[in-house]
Amino acid sequence: MSTWTAVLTASVLAFVLKYLGYVVPARWLDGERTTRVTSALPIALLAALVAVQTFTGTGGAFVLDARAAAVGVALVALALRAPFIVVVVLAAVTAALLRLAGMS
Amino acid sequence: MTAAALEPQRRRQVLRQAASVAVATGAYGISFGALSVAAGLDIWQTQVLSLLLFSGGSQFAFVGIMAGGPTGAVAAVATSTLLGVRNGLYGLQVARLLEVRGLRRLLAAQLTIDESTAVGVAQPEARAGRLGFWATGGGVFVCWNAMTLLGAVVGDQLGDPRTYGLDAAAAAAFCGLLWPRLKSRDAFAIAVVAGVIAVVIAPHAPAGVPVLVAAFAALIAAFWGNAHRDPAAPHHGDGEDGAAPGTTGPREARP
Repeated sequence: MSTWTAVLTASVLAFVLKYLGYVVPARWLDGERTTRVTSALPIALLAALVAVQTFTGTGGAFVLDARAAAVGVALVALALRAPFIVVVVLAAVTAALLRLAGMS
Repeated sequence: MTAAALEPQRRRQVLRQAASVAVATGAYGISFGALSVAAGLDIWQTQVLSLLLFSGGSQFAFVGIMAGGPTGAVAAVATSTLLGVRNGLYGLQVARLLEVRGLRRLLAAQLTIDESTAVGVAQPEARAGRLGFWATGGGVFVCWNAMTLLGAVVGDQLGDPRTYGLDAAAAAAFCGLLWPRLKSRDAFAIAVVAGVIAVVIAPHAPAGVPVLVAAFAALIAAFWGNAHRDPAAPHHGDGEDGAAPGTTGPREARP
């Protein structure tokens, strides 16, 4: 799948999901189990993305490098209630400085 | 209440809330733009994601997986789509509030994200709710797209993204999206299990697939876990928590 195909497919599917909410009868999706699945799903997906982006290198091998330190800094910033953009910039700066200092 | 016109003071109040959410959210459209070009997408592809896909969590996930190479395209689409499922549920709530048909319904659907839903359903009166939804959705759309373009253009000039720590910034962005959802012990447990599963599988699966497999941890937890309460309900409207379009739950799950 080319990048453009992926971009457009993801966009169409995202819109279809949004639109379904407006046309599907509410009772189809009501229920505690649906609510639990839909709140748990983004947690698992985002946590998995954090883990993969932080700890894996080429070919998916486990790697401990500047990214882990940067994410540590990001978590501290989040605990201190820093805004999203500050968290992201702090992580980038941490990784950039560590690499400047010779870390991989 | 529905038929009565909104008092000017209430109107200003709702619009101010919408504006603050739009500016706060738009501000890190800039990080999306930069991360997207760092992941190998061009400026046009990046901008089309913000215009058409328009759901922050899905967009960050999409480019995050595409960064692993074009082999991850299918997984990128799948992950983006799974993250977009909750927008459908928001639509369900917002549809009752808006009562729109035809073209306006298509437009409303496109603007149905965490922020617009949150501001909309948080208003006590239906009229204010409708104003809140449209103002927030439209405001976030404009700010998010403008900042995406800025981020993409700047990011394009940078060269090797690793030099600037942009790979770490991507990981931090996912942390920022995840953080407001970790409100319960169950939510935290799901996150840890999913993270471990993804890392363990990563060496043995193509890019993006570990994330999808980890999503099953969520489904299992949701089916067997006991009452995993309200993890997706960060406070909203004050623009202080890291919220991208489509990344944090509305304050109230039901209107």
